[in-house]
Amino acid sequence: MTPLEVAVHVPDGFLDAPTSVTTGVAAAAVVGASLVRAARHELDDRTAPLAGLVAVFVFAAQMVNFPVGAGTSGHLLGAALAAVLVGPATATLCLTVVLAVQAFLFADGGVTALGTNVLLMGTVAVWVGYLVARGVLALLPRRPASIPAAAACGALVSVPVAALAFVGLYALGGAAPIPLDQLAGAMVGWHVLIGIGEAVITFLAVSSIVAARPDLVHAARGRLPELTLKTPEPVA
Amino acid sequence: MGSGPGEHLHVEGDTVLHALPPHVKLVGLVAFVLGVVAVPSHAHRVLAALLALAVGLVLLTRVPARHVLPRLAVETPFAVFAVVLPFVAVGPRVALGPVSVSQAGLTAAVALLLKGTTGVLAAVTFAVTTRPRDLVRALQHLRLPDPLVLIASFMVRYVDVVADQLRRMRVARASRGFSARSVRAWPVLAAGTGALFIRSYERGERVHLAMVSRGWSGRLPVTAPLEASPRDWLLGLTPALVAAGCAVAATMAT
Repeated sequence: MTPLEVAVHVPDGFLDAPTSVTTGVAAAAVVGASLVRAARHELDDRTAPLAGLVAVFVFAAQMVNFPVGAGTSGHLLGAALAAVLVGPATATLCLTVVLAVQAFLFADGGVTALGTNVLLMGTVAVWVGYLVARGVLALLPRRPASIPAAAACGALVSVPVAALAFVGLYALGGAAPIPLDQLAGAMVGWHVLIGIGEAVITFLAVSSIVAARPDLVHAARGRLPELTLKTPEPVA
Repeated sequence: MGSGPGEHLHVEGDTVLHALPPHVKLVGLVAFVLGVVAVPSHAHRVLAALLALAVGLVLLTRVPARHVLPRLAVETPFAVFAVVLPFVAVGPRVALGPVSVSQAGLTAAVALLLKGTTGVLAAVTFAVTTRPRDLVRALQHLRLPDPLVLIASFMVRYVDVVADQLRRMRVARASRGFSARSVRAWPVLAAGTGALFIRSYERGERVHLAMVSRGWSGRLPVTAPLEASPRDWLLGLTPALVAAGCAVAATMAT
């Protein structure tokens, strides 16, 4: 089985040095803002182990191969899934750590492209996925069943938008002059397909989590029926 | 499996590179690759020389080639892109055998392959000589914000535990006659992913409670501070200085 690796881990040399440094600085700013936001809204200093285990989960979930057919398989990127499950700022932090560990300990994704990858996967994909999911959730009826559907929409949109962001960075500091409209067309077309797979997997995974532990799903906060304590009448 | 925690790159050893303090190696790695990326794309000979330097660094670690070579497979999607690049790029065209390709695209494709391979080899050199735990210590020493250091430390500590859980789930599925062959397997695999999230999260809750009961204050204590001598820094930054020199010289030459 050949894993169909997708363009998620930009390697070294794809973007020139000034662009790499700029994206690194921008990524550092985003991570700084996420630290502040996560501390304020999503995590407290007690819950670092939880964020760590969520990062491990994202890393492990990317290793589950989903067969596509003809001997190929794809895997989850997990940005939108993480955003829906634990909130966008925590998801940014978790994906940043996952990408850094992959770059430094597994030589997967360029070291100088770490900033680029954090911007694309950890910021654009996470926030687009989260905002789309929130928007869809506002339109759907307030039922637990709406949450997986909203998460799937977020996942569907997040992948091609991240690909489009990559095209934007390539336009700024790409290695060779490629007609940008063609590059954008090819990247978006291909990543819409990946996004459909991502949406289906995200829908199924979030469905199973909402069924078992809806209280763990960040996007479900305030949308679950209040738990009421029912005490049966004593039998006389 | 693309990359798995079962395939940790780190190999114990007693070479010079193993002995360098991890934060020196980390800074040296980033600076070296940044220098390589800064070399102009048309300076292919310079890039080839830096690739040779990276190969030399990998050889210096004394790990078997079969341990390192599979890692180069991470480049495959970009190698495909590099092969396509000369045909789709614009600009003056040159004949390459029977076909005509874009000059700029060809130059960029060769540079991309050289830079990408150099980057992977440099990262492999770091990964095989540095324990995951030491990466976390290096990040802490380099003043990365505490929450990120904590997330990274939990990640390297529990990645094998969660991967084992994933493996047990796979064995459980297989022993019940499941085999993932087509899209019809997706609901099962995705439900497994959901279960993995719940189990990871609950493990996080248990770990947190166990830490609190042992006096967790919210900060990782530094038990053995990292130290580096000027000689360590010189050694660790030598490849980076060479790459920076090459980048400056190649830029000046144009």
